[in-house]
Amino acid sequence: MAVDAKAGARPAADRPVPPRRTSRERPATRGEFWWWMFMRISGIVLLVLAVGHVLIMHVAGSGIDRVNFGFVAVRWSHPFWRTWDWLMLSLALLHGVNGLRVITLDYVRPPGVRTAINAGWAIIGTTLFALGTVVVFTFNACAWPGVHIPGCPS
Amino acid sequence: MATPARAKRGGYGRLYRGREGQWSWVAHRVTGVIIILFLFAHVVDTAVVGWGPDAYNKVISVYRNPVVGVLEYVLVACVIFHALNGVRIMLIDFWPRASLWQRQLFYGTMAIFIAGMIPITIIMGNRIVQEIVH
Repeated sequence: MAVDAKAGARPAADRPVPPRRTSRERPATRGEFWWWMFMRISGIVLLVLAVGHVLIMHVAGSGIDRVNFGFVAVRWSHPFWRTWDWLMLSLALLHGVNGLRVITLDYVRPPGVRTAINAGWAIIGTTLFALGTVVVFTFNACAWPGVHIPGCPS
Repeated sequence: MATPARAKRGGYGRLYRGREGQWSWVAHRVTGVIIILFLFAHVVDTAVVGWGPDAYNKVISVYRNPVVGVLEYVLVACVIFHALNGVRIMLIDFWPRASLWQRQLFYGTMAIFIAGMIPITIIMGNRIVQEIVH
């Protein structure tokens, strides 16, 4: 059965009827299958973490206008928000870098260039993960002169 | 039945070629790339908080600008679209019968997206206008 890419443009009458299918095909190899599954699991978690983050930081209240060092200091005085931000950092970077990897595999054909570009994404992702992790867990607002937030020794 | 060669190579089958299915697939990729490229910059600008109040407040002041405000609005729209469309993808992937309703699911997703973006557009648009007026 010949199906060309413009099938959708044909009149309805002679458009080929797609067969009933059970569900979309899944990746065949074990590694790709688990990346596929990771994208969906991390996607559900990021639906809460990233959409929540965007609504809290960019929409609610006065949005980004109220964000400054003091705002972050108060926010990160709660372990809850540090955990939220670190989990979001980890999952979003992995989810996003894997997305870039899949897109690179789709559009870049020469094997050497593919590997080089994907190595680049991996290096950027790993570096930013390390930077973000160090900052989230070592941040100490009270260490800076002139910063007075609840919880700092006076 | 014989699978067309193109579908076999692409691995997505013909369900995702043409019309709503393909456009949402393109939109999912485009919004995903916009989000991750912004995230690369955003991790760095947020990490500056570890270098103290002066450095961080200087960096964050870049956001208080109507042009950046518009980009921020586009980013929020991208995140919400990508999240809602991701739910649609998972419905089709894990609930086989949903593939029969993929077109209706697309329009349902768009309806929820637009309904959600209305209050966000008013709130963020108002803020951008305020920044221009001041």
